[in-house]
Amino acid sequence: MRRARTPAPLLVPAALAVVFLVLPLVALLVRTPWSQLGTLLVAPGVGQALRLSLVSATLATAVSVVLGVPLAWVLARSRARGRAVLRALVTVPLVLPPVVGGVALFLVLGRQGIVGRWLDEAFGLTIPFTTAAVVIAETFVAMPFLVISVEGALRAADVRYEDAAATLGADRWTTFRRVTLPLVAPGVAAGAVLCWARALGEFGATITFAGNFPGTTQTMPLAVYLALQRDPQAAIVLSLVLLVVSVATLLLLRDRWLGRGAAA
Amino acid sequence: MSLSAHVVVRRGPLTVDVELGVADGEVLAVLGPNGAGKSTLLRVLAGLLAPDGGRVAVDGTTWDDVAARVHLPAHRRPLGMVFQDSLLFPHLSVLDNVAFGPRTRGASRTAARTAAAAWIERVGLDGLGDRRPGQLSGGQAQRAALARALVGDPALLLLDEPLSALDARTRLAVRAELRRHLADYAGSTVLVTHDPVDAMALADRVVVVEDGRVVQAGTPSDVARHPRTDYVARLVGLSLLPGTADALSVRLDGGGVVAVAEPAQGPVLVAVRPESVALYPARPEGSPRNAWLLTVAGATPHGATVRCELDGEVPLLADVTATAFAELGLAPGSAVWAVVKASEVTVYAR
Repeated sequence: MRRARTPAPLLVPAALAVVFLVLPLVALLVRTPWSQLGTLLVAPGVGQALRLSLVSATLATAVSVVLGVPLAWVLARSRARGRAVLRALVTVPLVLPPVVGGVALFLVLGRQGIVGRWLDEAFGLTIPFTTAAVVIAETFVAMPFLVISVEGALRAADVRYEDAAATLGADRWTTFRRVTLPLVAPGVAAGAVLCWARALGEFGATITFAGNFPGTTQTMPLAVYLALQRDPQAAIVLSLVLLVVSVATLLLLRDRWLGRGAAA
Repeated sequence: MSLSAHVVVRRGPLTVDVELGVADGEVLAVLGPNGAGKSTLLRVLAGLLAPDGGRVAVDGTTWDDVAARVHLPAHRRPLGMVFQDSLLFPHLSVLDNVAFGPRTRGASRTAARTAAAAWIERVGLDGLGDRRPGQLSGGQAQRAALARALVGDPALLLLDEPLSALDARTRLAVRAELRRHLADYAGSTVLVTHDPVDAMALADRVVVVEDGRVVQAGTPSDVARHPRTDYVARLVGLSLLPGTADALSVRLDGGGVVAVAEPAQGPVLVAVRPESVALYPARPEGSPRNAWLLTVAGATPHGATVRCELDGEVPLLADVTATAFAELGLAPGSAVWAVVKASEVTVYAR
């Protein structure tokens, strides 16, 4: 198909945008100390931080899917009043500075928090500064990405399939499991990837609510930040690892899940 | 088994208020223009929409009764429904689509699949059970949708414009098959369509709905002969005559011979629109191939035209202007020559 030439007033800013987005990544690759890569990678703490990051981001994504998909269904399908307000509330974490999110979580789940005090007294459970806190902080920040993505997929899905299922004897729960969910699976996958990527990169809420303890709460982004103060070379290597993990995940999921349904 | 329904639904400016009765094994066509409330009516019968008034009962069981606050949700109604664009679930194979109903209604996986496979064969899709709906043609998809609706032997079958998404050629084939399956089906059928040919070819009785009201009801031939409104006359006027085709001529079961422009073979339905029939007092010059001496059996005026019911070897309906009707001196019992161009005759396989 022949397309008209892109007009210059669009082409120039578009090219600038590409340079702006790509140049930092190129810089990262250029300045990587390739000769010391091996030693820096096996340095203690790197593997630990990477493992903690992957595990907590995956757990946060799992929690987001289990809670977020039903929430997306409610937002897209239920006729309850106050849905607009509910949607606005749910999307606040999208625009909220993550540090503020961390403070807010602290006020709820901290030892003196609304729920945290009760958890402490009743079960002796303390959440802040634990790996659980990392997962909670990441879930708080990342779940809205999944909810918005799945809600969009649900709105785009043809509700007449649900009518057809009802005429075939399926109640709403069966219809959701056997018809709606498979139909929006590409949207759920896309939302989960977005959510996972956001959780992997989470910094502000994590450091506020979970702290920065190597082995329990020090995720990769925290390790990168800390290393930058002490040992810039190490920070570059850690950043490179995060970049590789992100790009690899994107490519892998793109091929496996998003290839056909990415447009949905 | 039977359906009796009085459905009242208010949707903005339109109020649908329709009474229906469908006997066991009977096919009722609800015919009307787009926006007349036909699909709304069907959604109420299916339980997908709660009516604002009235009552729906099938086989003596109440499905809806607004006064008594009874509303059986769609999934608890033993019915089958075929939609305009099949709506086969794209993520399931054809077999699993057809087995979906029996599964949700409690059959074991094996029993559901056995029943589904039998129906897939019955609608002529043997060997296609493993396909995804996306790999089927429009006609195949609609056959699969019919199998999916009929597999549980439902008490009520609802057909919502089942043929209108198909191209002309496929539509003929699927219509003929649908006719066969409807003849075998023991429950009540409600067919919603805006295509009079579907109604004439498939239904035992027709209800014409306009602006949410029934404007006329009766057998297809009855409605065609005595259209009560101009709209009905335009909509339902087709004369459908069964016969056997041999190339360019069709010998009617009633005895006459009709010349056609498109070659055909075997059992067919010949369709003639009333406005394409011209009437003459004597046999016209130029010996047209389709000219028959017929008797006027009745005449019903509608608008500026008069619909004449003609009897004889080729029974037809003809629309003539009131002036022509008077000039020809037509009255019940009088003889008249009816002429139809071969190119104005449509032939359907049956």
